[in-house]
Amino acid sequence: MSTAFLTLDGISKRFDPRLTLGDRIAARFGATVEDRPVRAVTEVSLTINPGETLGLVGESGCGKSTLGRIVAGILPPTAGTVTIDGEPVLHNGRKVTTRVQTVFQDPFASLDPRMRIGDTVAEGPIAHGLVTKANAADYVRGWLQRVGLEPDFADRYPHQFSGGQRQRVAIARALAMQPDLLVCDEPVASLDVSIQAQIINLFLELRRDLGITCLFISHDLGVVRHVSDRVAIMYLGRIVEVGSTEQIYRDPKHPYTRALLDSVPRLVLEDDALVEFNAITGEIPSPLAPPPGCTFHPRCPLAVDACRRDVPALMADGTDRLVACHVRAMERNAAATTALEEGR
Amino acid sequence: MSALLLEVRDLRTHFFTRAGVVKAVDGVSFTMERGQVLGLVGESGSGKSVTGFSLLGLVDPPGRIVGGSIRLDGEELVGMPLDELRRLRGRRIAMVFQDPMMTLNPVLTVGAQMTLAIRAHEKVTGVAARERAASVLTRVGIPDAAARLDAYPHEFSGGMRQRVAIAIAMTHSPGLIVADEPTTALDVSIQAQILHEMRELSRESGTALVWISHDLATVSSVAERIMVMYAGRLVEEGPTATVLRDPRHPYTRGLLDSLPATARPGQELRQVPGNTPSLLALPPGCPFAPRCVRASERCVEDPEHRVDAVRAFRCHHPLERAA
Repeated sequence: MSTAFLTLDGISKRFDPRLTLGDRIAARFGATVEDRPVRAVTEVSLTINPGETLGLVGESGCGKSTLGRIVAGILPPTAGTVTIDGEPVLHNGRKVTTRVQTVFQDPFASLDPRMRIGDTVAEGPIAHGLVTKANAADYVRGWLQRVGLEPDFADRYPHQFSGGQRQRVAIARALAMQPDLLVCDEPVASLDVSIQAQIINLFLELRRDLGITCLFISHDLGVVRHVSDRVAIMYLGRIVEVGSTEQIYRDPKHPYTRALLDSVPRLVLEDDALVEFNAITGEIPSPLAPPPGCTFHPRCPLAVDACRRDVPALMADGTDRLVACHVRAMERNAAATTALEEGR
Repeated sequence: MSALLLEVRDLRTHFFTRAGVVKAVDGVSFTMERGQVLGLVGESGSGKSVTGFSLLGLVDPPGRIVGGSIRLDGEELVGMPLDELRRLRGRRIAMVFQDPMMTLNPVLTVGAQMTLAIRAHEKVTGVAARERAASVLTRVGIPDAAARLDAYPHEFSGGMRQRVAIAIAMTHSPGLIVADEPTTALDVSIQAQILHEMRELSRESGTALVWISHDLATVSSVAERIMVMYAGRLVEEGPTATVLRDPRHPYTRGLLDSLPATARPGQELRQVPGNTPSLLALPPGCPFAPRCVRASERCVEDPEHRVDAVRAFRCHHPLERAA
């Protein structure tokens, strides 16, 4: 029935605190030990279509990187399943597919400083039998060239490269595994603007040529708009809105999406313009103690009683956009009722 | 009191490393008026932060200001003895860093370190200093400030910590605050709050700001004037909107074209080819020439400072002025 390529079904992830020895002894003797789990991701269901790039946006601590790691099979979820083409990514807590690969934010941390980059790129494909040891050198040279590096760079170490070049190596390493799905976790966040543009262009080119499906995680709304077909907005572990890039940026429905878009500084090109900052008031609550109901309600200008009580479900708004907001749902109901009465 | 606050002439800050001399700032000149907000932009290694640090005399060995002049209210800061400089810092010129934990001492309460900062420059009682501290914290938007004085820095969120750092910088209403990437480490929603508040504070108290950032959009929303740096030099300087709307230097144009905001979604960005050069091995003449589409053989010679009606730039082959 569904043509989705990647399916996330009811994914939750909680990190339980490790009890100290004292706490464990106390618990043994029947004392109540305070344990406050971090609910990093709560009941996330999402799909990505074949060849599509889904942008995942949110502020720090919203759980977007945790969700990315779950999709990549690096972290097992506490609940829910991840399937690619109907095939589970994890089996008994172990990653059982090479069809998903990851590009991380910091290419200084994600490359082994003591390995020649040629060996770094070849390691995975050799281990998984995608290439024989004898042919690995040529295979690696091909991929280095594909990401805009000199094939001869294979003999160099990571410290001999700039940040942008390292990120190209990281992309080559991921692509050499011939994945169907690429999880990019803030791939350009640590790069300078001019280098960032080079990597974005490389990404657009590779996606076009290789037809790769992609989960693109970023806090940078400008970059996400540029590369994504659809966008999902995350707040405190939950998806609050998903829709096409055009829908989300032109007409955001969730109050958080709207506030987030309003907060992004724009390039001001008018003389003596007085820029208004429409800042969201307040701060992101701690995921240790999320507010009841809609987690955004303490900062939301539209909040009503229902928002303080019940968690809003992610619902279609008549198009293929999904919004988790009581107020928007009530507006839709009211509009539908009016339409019915007028039709009568 | 004249309108001129700061006059920097031919500032040169070099680092003497084992691998050679790194000319992090190499001949930077500019002036600032009272209350003005000046944006200083560039990529990593462009020398924008070292310029900011030089203004407060905060360059540590192997770095040293090797030449030029920095005059604050007519008073020369280059070569000023350290004890005089310390009387100046915090009172007439202050700094806000990217990471507020660089400013805040983790083992002292916020109140304790703020009263230290107040009493370093003014003879007031502890009680009076605490009251001052609470009122400055209130000004930067910290709720329940008097009670928060007894909290430690780790008990504040990132945005609140940056507010405390800003409050400390504002304590003595200095004429100039150097803010080095003050919102880079913050989330967008918090960044917008801080941008708004710093601009208001500067306006109310007449404090001039040097706003150092790699983010053109942020700078364009706070700064009246902008300076673009590349490889230790100023390449273009002028009113922010004019420079960003109609840049004359090809590097400024390249930076703007690299922004996704200036292209249609999904379209290839007009990228600047190549990498930022190593400051140890700069090409002769214009340092941007190897990456520049307009470069010619003339570019091996240093370009002169040129000016048009409103701005200054340094290029042999500047872009034409639009209209």
